[in-house]
Amino acid sequence: MEDFGSANAARRRGALTALGMPGLVLGASYLGFGALIRESHLGIEDGLASSIAGWALPGQIVLVEVIAAGGSLLSAGLAVLLTNARLLPMVASLMPILRAAESGKPRLRHYLIAHLIAITGFAIAMQRAPRMQPAQRLPFYEGFAVTLWLTTICATALGFVLAGVMPRPVTLGFVFLNPLYFMLVFVADLRHRLRAWALTIGAVLGPCLHLLSPDWGLLATGLIAGTAAYLIDAGQRRRHPGWRR
Amino acid sequence: MTVWPYLLVAALATYLWRGLGVLLSGRINADSALLRWFTAVAYAMLAGLIARLIILPAGPLAHVALWERSAAAIMALAVYLLTRRNIIFGVAAGTATLILCLQF
Repeated sequence: MEDFGSANAARRRGALTALGMPGLVLGASYLGFGALIRESHLGIEDGLASSIAGWALPGQIVLVEVIAAGGSLLSAGLAVLLTNARLLPMVASLMPILRAAESGKPRLRHYLIAHLIAITGFAIAMQRAPRMQPAQRLPFYEGFAVTLWLTTICATALGFVLAGVMPRPVTLGFVFLNPLYFMLVFVADLRHRLRAWALTIGAVLGPCLHLLSPDWGLLATGLIAGTAAYLIDAGQRRRHPGWRR
Repeated sequence: MTVWPYLLVAALATYLWRGLGVLLSGRINADSALLRWFTAVAYAMLAGLIARLIILPAGPLAHVALWERSAAAIMALAVYLLTRRNIIFGVAAGTATLILCLQF
């Protein structure tokens, strides 16, 4: 069991963790987002508002694309809603791990930190938090996520300022850094049987269903691949009751 | 054109899922079958999203050839595995591969 000593020490460790590879990768990704904001003829304040209030990069990019294409308010809302549906199962599965030290209904603190649950924090907390002292998990995540959030807000502004200065191949490399990083982060999850099935089936179905329906493909991928992975895992649990993962 | 209504709607559409997630998490038992299903759905959606971002990207990356994106992804994975799972080396190698492919 990982023990940082106190809640404040856990918060500091979380902040330091965010300033490493996660901050570097997400910082580079948000540089790309800031540049995209400028290329789409939006203001720096629009980019900052999006990073502060709508912190989830795929949804933020979809929003900019809808606005640039002159889409309606309704179509923008629907596109963001469908892109970000993954946040519900992510928050619902991570929160019980972060709250392991307490019981009772979720409080304001939990509703606030949920705003800062996105892919990077989710992937790292799902891997590391279960091995931490239960009372230190939420403080660790708070330190981590707030630091990462502030980093991406600064990177959005910097990317806006630097747009057009960086050579095109470098900008594209930065944009592609994000999916590459997540791909490698999730390779580490392949040793969990349930996650391995979900990741494998999801990775195959995702692009296929996206071709069938760009709007609903991702939601369908989650429900179909997730349920299939759950059923396979449940079957294997029954057959090998001693082998619990 | 002011885009503030768009930003507001997008922020609400994003937080809605997170808020519902917290609400639901208060009613799910840790280590229950329902929690395992939620976890599976979350990972499946994330894998589907990442695979799509690599294979069928929207925006500026759509103009980069599929073989260039695939080469970068394979290089990232290979270097990651060869360096005893070092994410920094893997990501750097993949990104450098893409930049070099685009440069020459």
